[in-house]
Amino acid sequence: MGRRPLLLGLGIFLAGLTPLGAAEERFFLLGSTTTTDYSGLLRHIVPRFTAATGIEVRTVVQGTGQVLKLGERGDIDVLIVHHLEAEERFVADGHGVARHALMVNDFVLVGPPDDPAGVAGAGDVVAALARIGEARSLFISRGDDSGTHRRETSLWQAAGIDPRAWSGRWYRETGAGMGATLNVASALDAYCLTDRATWIAYANKRDLKILLQGGPALINPYGVILVNPQRHPHVRAAEGQAFIDWLLSDQGQEAIASFRIGGEQLFYRANSPL
Amino acid sequence: MKSGILPCHVEGVSFSVEKRRLIKNVSLSLDSGPLSVILGPNGAGKSLLLRLLHGLIVPQEGRVVWQGGTYDSRTGPHTRQAMVFQRPVMLRTTAIANVDYALRLAAVPSREREERCRTALERTGLSELAKLQARVLSIGQQQRLALARAWALEPEVLFLDEPTASLDPAAARNVEAVISAMHAAGTKIVMTTHDLNQARRLADEILFLHRGRLVECRPAKDFFEAPQSTEAKAFLSGDLVW
Amino acid sequence: MMSEFTQAFAAAGRLIATADADLFEIVALSLRVSLTAVAIAAVVGFPLGAALALLRFPGRRALTILLSALMGLPPVVVGLVVYLMLSRGGPLGVLGLLYTPAAMIIAQVVLVTPIVAALTRQVVEDLWYLYEAQLRSLGCSPRRAIATMLWETRYSLVTIFLAGFGRAGAEVGAVMIVGGNIDHVTRVMTTAIALETSRGELALALGLGLILLVLALVVNGAAFVCRDLSAGPSRQGNALP
Repeated sequence: MGRRPLLLGLGIFLAGLTPLGAAEERFFLLGSTTTTDYSGLLRHIVPRFTAATGIEVRTVVQGTGQVLKLGERGDIDVLIVHHLEAEERFVADGHGVARHALMVNDFVLVGPPDDPAGVAGAGDVVAALARIGEARSLFISRGDDSGTHRRETSLWQAAGIDPRAWSGRWYRETGAGMGATLNVASALDAYCLTDRATWIAYANKRDLKILLQGGPALINPYGVILVNPQRHPHVRAAEGQAFIDWLLSDQGQEAIASFRIGGEQLFYRANSPL
Repeated sequence: MKSGILPCHVEGVSFSVEKRRLIKNVSLSLDSGPLSVILGPNGAGKSLLLRLLHGLIVPQEGRVVWQGGTYDSRTGPHTRQAMVFQRPVMLRTTAIANVDYALRLAAVPSREREERCRTALERTGLSELAKLQARVLSIGQQQRLALARAWALEPEVLFLDEPTASLDPAAARNVEAVISAMHAAGTKIVMTTHDLNQARRLADEILFLHRGRLVECRPAKDFFEAPQSTEAKAFLSGDLVW
Repeated sequence: MMSEFTQAFAAAGRLIATADADLFEIVALSLRVSLTAVAIAAVVGFPLGAALALLRFPGRRALTILLSALMGLPPVVVGLVVYLMLSRGGPLGVLGLLYTPAAMIIAQVVLVTPIVAALTRQVVEDLWYLYEAQLRSLGCSPRRAIATMLWETRYSLVTIFLAGFGRAGAEVGAVMIVGGNIDHVTRVMTTAIALETSRGELALALGLGLILLVLALVVNGAAFVCRDLSAGPSRQGNALP
């Protein structure tokens, strides 16, 4: 009868129901931002850590805002984010053990080569944003409560402009990660604020160029925090702390600093003068 | 042959669909022995009456009473009955498996099932085709298979709803032969037909139905030689179409 | 755009030719997650659909409509709901299933079961009118009828299974949220494609998409071959109208 092949097929499927939960090796969950992951930094430094300690790092990548929420819920064990104010509040509220300065990079302002708002000669990023606001040139924002987005928002504030009032017209919010946002910017030949690491690693630049960089307003410090095991007893504190210790050690900092794309260094040690 | 559930008494049965009475106050008796044929023009309600008798449908008025304890027709057809329909309904499996399926439903133990299946197929001349897929048989063979399936159940009463209406004459004759054989073996046959000649060939008793009413209920010989009602006379002379 | 497509073919070809280990890992996980999810959905959905078609009970119509509507559940919403259930703060948080393939399977089961059940209901109901009188005459109980009708409609059920697999294998919203797209752990074809798109690696993303398509072809092809082997010589039409 025809029963056998069908039942055999069914059997194979159900055999695939082998326990697919957590593996038995040592691991912890790291929540990190798109800027850290998409640049390739984690892929560079994590294998070194795993080789040294045998601990697997499982990375969930979202914007800073979401990563902080994951930490509050106890769904991850360690956070690497880049918004100092939010990080300090996270620790102050008891969600995290302590905030450690991890590394630094900077933001850059990219845009179309013809630079319709005249950003290139603006001097600093706040003045540049003021020019973009006046010229009402197309600007693509993360709009996702990420570290990059929060920085961008504070810069608009400093420029005295409320871009949200123009949301949907010259100011467009994607609510997505850095790469997806850059996809929109490159397709529309628009301005965008991005971190340098993601920008260098990004493969779909089309005609966009860095139009403005440098200055203290664009410095981007990252922090690493262990989720508070007192609040969430299941947190893999030992593994998480081992990772933090390694990151802050000479080997960890050396690994971060040694990450390059096309010969260019993307992240700097926490205490380096940028 | 034990007559466990016969005679059957039908008392004032009516059936309506959307306020139209399709079966009107039918009363009759079914006794073991005669081969009963429900005869009538198209639309007379023959099929409907058969399903009411078998218990596939519940009458709005009246009742169908079988012997041997109260059997509520609402719980479905009696286990001592079987039915064959105008178009045979076969499962997508072999011929013999179809017969076996019915026996499994009747909770017949497995050793007995094999025996009964083989016997049933022999009696209907289908032994050669036992291992073939039922769906590839001709419709005449499938109808005989339906009879084999019914026969394997060893029912006291077999209902047949226009069993040869979809068949060519040769296949029809084969089916009629099986029906006669089952009758000879002791099964009470109740079948419907609109084919006068078939009724003449097979019937011991005629129940003549017209527009939902049981107009005549008499031995076949009497009915055909001396019909009493105008409808029956018209039907026998070929005038009554519906 | 044409250059992007040629690059995509090249990228796909390169990945396959070099037997890229990461690719095979992702493909294996994709198949495992989606096939397991659809298998579970079938075990639940086939009898549920058949029961809906054959049984009469209060609320039957409402349940049928609900099931039909659930076919249109957005994957990302399912992902969100399952995430909230499996999150540490949620009711099933203690199970620690978040960010594991098990969570992805759960989400896809929720997504696919309504499809399987609703389609099964339709298929069984369509065929039941042919079988009902004869099966009831034979004394077939409702429970028995469910089993019999599922067997009778088995070829349609294969197609329904494939429809469920198509839905599961193609979605990214649910598995992204509950799986986290963790490298080597919960990264499947669709989340990998989303990732590469985010990195601007469009040709690679497209190449992965092509491979996903080939995967779907292989699964569908295998199912049809399996079906034809089972059917054997009887697939020659039948005498029923």
